Amino acid sequence: MLLAILSLSVLGITFGLLLGIAARFFHVERGGMEAEIEAMMPGTNCGQCGFPGCAGAASALVSGEAAPTCCPPGGLPLAEALALKLGVTLDAGAMQAQVPQIAEVREEICIGCTKCYKSCPTDAVLGAVKQIHAVIREACTGCAKCENVCPTGAIELKPVPVTLQTWVWPKPVSA
Amino acid sequence: MPFSTAPARSLLRRLFERWGAHPEGRKQLAAETEIATLPLPPQLILPLAQHIGAPARPLVQAGERVLRGQLLAEAQGMISAPLHAPTSGTIDGIGDVAVPHPSGLTGPAILLTPDGLDEAIPAESNDPFSLEPAEISRRVAAAGIVGMGGATFPAAVKLALGQKTRIPTLILNGGECEPYLTCDDRLMRERADEVIDGARIILRAIGGDEAMIGVEDNKPEAIAALRTAALRTAARDFAEVTVVPVPSRYPMGSEKQLITWLTGKEIPAEGRPADIGVMVQNVGTAAAIHRAIRFGEPLTRRIVTVSGGAIRTPRNLEVRIGTPLSALVEFCGGTTRPVARWVMGGPMMGLSIQSLDIPIIKGSGGVLALCEAEVAGRPEPGPCIRCASCVGACPIGLMPLEMAALIRNGDLKESVAIGLKDCIGCGTCSFVCPSQIPLVQYFNHAKGELAAQDRNKMKQDAIKQLVEARDARMEREAREKAEAAARRKAERERAKAAAAEAAAAKAAAAAATTPAKVEETTT
Repeated sequence: MLLAILSLSVLGITFGLLLGIAARFFHVERGGMEAEIEAMMPGTNCGQCGFPGCAGAASALVSGEAAPTCCPPGGLPLAEALALKLGVTLDAGAMQAQVPQIAEVREEICIGCTKCYKSCPTDAVLGAVKQIHAVIREACTGCAKCENVCPTGAIELKPVPVTLQTWVWPKPVSA
Repeated sequence: MPFSTAPARSLLRRLFERWGAHPEGRKQLAAETEIATLPLPPQLILPLAQHIGAPARPLVQAGERVLRGQLLAEAQGMISAPLHAPTSGTIDGIGDVAVPHPSGLTGPAILLTPDGLDEAIPAESNDPFSLEPAEISRRVAAAGIVGMGGATFPAAVKLALGQKTRIPTLILNGGECEPYLTCDDRLMRERADEVIDGARIILRAIGGDEAMIGVEDNKPEAIAALRTAALRTAARDFAEVTVVPVPSRYPMGSEKQLITWLTGKEIPAEGRPADIGVMVQNVGTAAAIHRAIRFGEPLTRRIVTVSGGAIRTPRNLEVRIGTPLSALVEFCGGTTRPVARWVMGGPMMGLSIQSLDIPIIKGSGGVLALCEAEVAGRPEPGPCIRCASCVGACPIGLMPLEMAALIRNGDLKESVAIGLKDCIGCGTCSFVCPSQIPLVQYFNHAKGELAAQDRNKMKQDAIKQLVEARDARMEREAREKAEAAARRKAERERAKAAAAEAAAAKAAAAAATTPAKVEETTT
């Protein structure tokens, strides 16, 4: 037994040291711009942009691989802020085409497995084991993480419902 | 009389300021008949959002019997207003019904079936001049009074503002510049005393010095009635209330225009009347405040003009809040010809409605049944010919054509830079446009879009906090788990060590005793 403990400790210390040295040696200088842009992002790491988290999106934005409109939860205000920050022109038309969505639980087939609420990055799902879950609309960003883990397909994304408080006059069609 | 000597510069300005429009008044349709009281309808529909701000929170349950004046829903939030039962009866429940809103969407409403007894809860009457100003605004808030001119801003919020900053001037708005509408006109003619008393109560609440009632000069009877009422009660040593005729021009009944016309002062861009020491209340609001303070009566009824070319007998009715429009139209003898458009409110700023099941709410001043000849217009808007009619007509002095062009191209930011936020949405620009471009709809759209962006921004900030809180919690949980594991491990080791010690001690003891025993036995 002593041998096992010793060998594992030695391995652990060796790899730890290696990692420590690597972190020093291969350290990548994070540009100020990247950090600033990451601070502007929602920070949920939802992955809807197709990049590995908000940090990934930030570096893609700085390198020009991603458009300022790449973040659906951030919506138009974020896109505008990003475009201003990066000094690029914004193709707002592409942004407005996307309808903001939020998750909704279909109560009749929810089995109360708690997988969705464990995966939610904003604590927007309310639930407990073998209880029907519910989504707090105000906190949901529509990141679809819950939709992907639900074993029964009981959670799905739906367009944000229009209420008297959120309705906006439509833009006149012509002229 | 502080304003009889209007400064000469103001006179000059009045000559040269040509903003506004002169839509055909058509007020004579309903202006000459006395206010009639509408009988109780079979069901009252009371939307929870009858005011600007947060909707009221219902306090009653289905099947409950309520009395007139009983609180049905309480205000929630800083800017909100409560809702009271307009008559006695039984609550049928809370339903999702069509409400007066330009979207045509449904909203939550309390449904009340009247029992015909019209039993009221006991009300306390008061002398307003023995009440503290703060107490007056508290009672106005409790009575659910909102701006009756159509803006439906809670009146008490404005009054409370008067206790924070000094507001020497009160202006009562008797402009009523919308065509067809005569509800304020009839109110001023028939209940001038209530309006004057309301003005004095408001002055008391805000600690003001003077009150002016601005009335358009197409209502000479109303001006005369108000003057008589003001003179009759002037013997009491209250602040002087003056009645000032203003020219009939749309939109003279807008707060900003009336203030500038009467005081010569202009509200700064994106500012409020309180910034220049003025408060404006509608004459209907003043009458409602009079009833709430003097007789403890909450806002449960209002005067509504039923008019339009297709109505058989246009007139003004005093109706309970929540009465469906169909009951009003029926009382006025129905329609005589096909109705091209039903309008709630005035034709300039009112909303086009699809169904007569919609109820009268606190801010509804009229129901209009317009016939084909009254809505005639070209079917499609034409191109902008840059005639600048809208620029001359805009009462604020904005450039509607430029703003609309920017909004059409999606450049909301630039449209704000040239004054979108100061637009009062009066629709004068759309009215005068020879190409009939729906200019005001562009502005309403842009304002709504900007508000939605602000809401989204706030949501993003809130979500960011949620994410940070979750991350902190996860970290803490992981740390606690590790600590607990370490603690358990330490416990185990300690137990092990203790066990080993005990075993050792036992062994030692055994070792010590055994030889002794042996010794004993040997000796």
